[in-house]
Amino acid sequence: MRDQVVLRIITKISIPLIMVFGFYVITHGELGAGGGFQGGVVLASAFILYGIVYGVEEMRMAIPRRLSDALACIGVLLYAGIGAFSIITGYKYLDFTPLMPSYPGVAESWGMTLVEYSVGITVAAVMITVFNEITEGTVPQDNRSLEPQKTRGPD
Amino acid sequence: MSEFILIDGILLFLIIVTSLAVVMMRNLLAAIVAMAVYSFLMSLVWLNLDAVDVAFTEAAVGVGISTILLIGALVLVGTDEKKHRAIHWPAFLITALTAAALIYGTLDMPHFGDSKSPPQTHVAPEYILQTVEKNKPASKDGHGARRENYFHGHVPNLVTSVIVNYRAYDTLFEVAVIFTAGISLILLLRSIQSGRRKELP
Repeated sequence: MRDQVVLRIITKISIPLIMVFGFYVITHGELGAGGGFQGGVVLASAFILYGIVYGVEEMRMAIPRRLSDALACIGVLLYAGIGAFSIITGYKYLDFTPLMPSYPGVAESWGMTLVEYSVGITVAAVMITVFNEITEGTVPQDNRSLEPQKTRGPD
Repeated sequence: MSEFILIDGILLFLIIVTSLAVVMMRNLLAAIVAMAVYSFLMSLVWLNLDAVDVAFTEAAVGVGISTILLIGALVLVGTDEKKHRAIHWPAFLITALTAAALIYGTLDMPHFGDSKSPPQTHVAPEYILQTVEKNKPASKDGHGARRENYFHGHVPNLVTSVIVNYRAYDTLFEVAVIFTAGISLILLLRSIQSGRRKELP
């Protein structure tokens, strides 16, 4: 699909917008509609769009598989780590108060923000991984874009 | 009120048509696109019910990611459905009975928007009180007092407050489920492919 100029230009224009929207949804998860899960999916879709149009190999250069694997683990560890931090400082598991003990309300807001970040990181990384693994080995080496293989169109 | 019912009626009719199209279509790529249309219509229905969070999730996940992933799966299985089988009558009977039982079950549910239903009278008022009332700034004189009051209790978004705060364990294990799905995909597919790659020159 990389031979088509219109598709390529539109992709290059829209990917930053999609990523900014994804980051916006993740970072404003505790204030508006959406949250970590939705934002992570939107963020991953930017990478997947790049992978579809420019080829999976190009996407893997943008986000290596080691990085996406590590990010999936980091998100879960961050979430579980907030809970572990609460236990270490003498509170209940996933009680957000120890993040700022003098202002429990602010601490709760911080905790929820961190939780949204961790959910977003994990979801985005796992979605990229799913796309990576599904398309692995199905793309011929001479033509790395997905197009000639799959779209025969409705007959 | 009536225009909402009219919109809902049109949307639900379109949903039935689309889901029939998904079942009937022979070409799997066309069926996947019809499923995306179905998800989009569902997200409009959620929006009509004022469930913005669910609508957003349906639009992002149902229309976006799952369509792309299903198309990616088509690369592995091919785009044409295999020879269509005749209706399997015992399976049809069981499905019809289950559907009838589920529809019968909905007759016992409280009416739409009923303020006297159990979910509206037990926990929901507490959530709303803790979220809404405490976000009102009591005094406008000092920034510190206003800030403290603003964040005292819970964040403004009721849905996120319930999901992340009251049900933090639930969300943690949801993330764990997604993480497990990703890891098992890596273990299953990546190991097979690396083995296959060793055989090829």
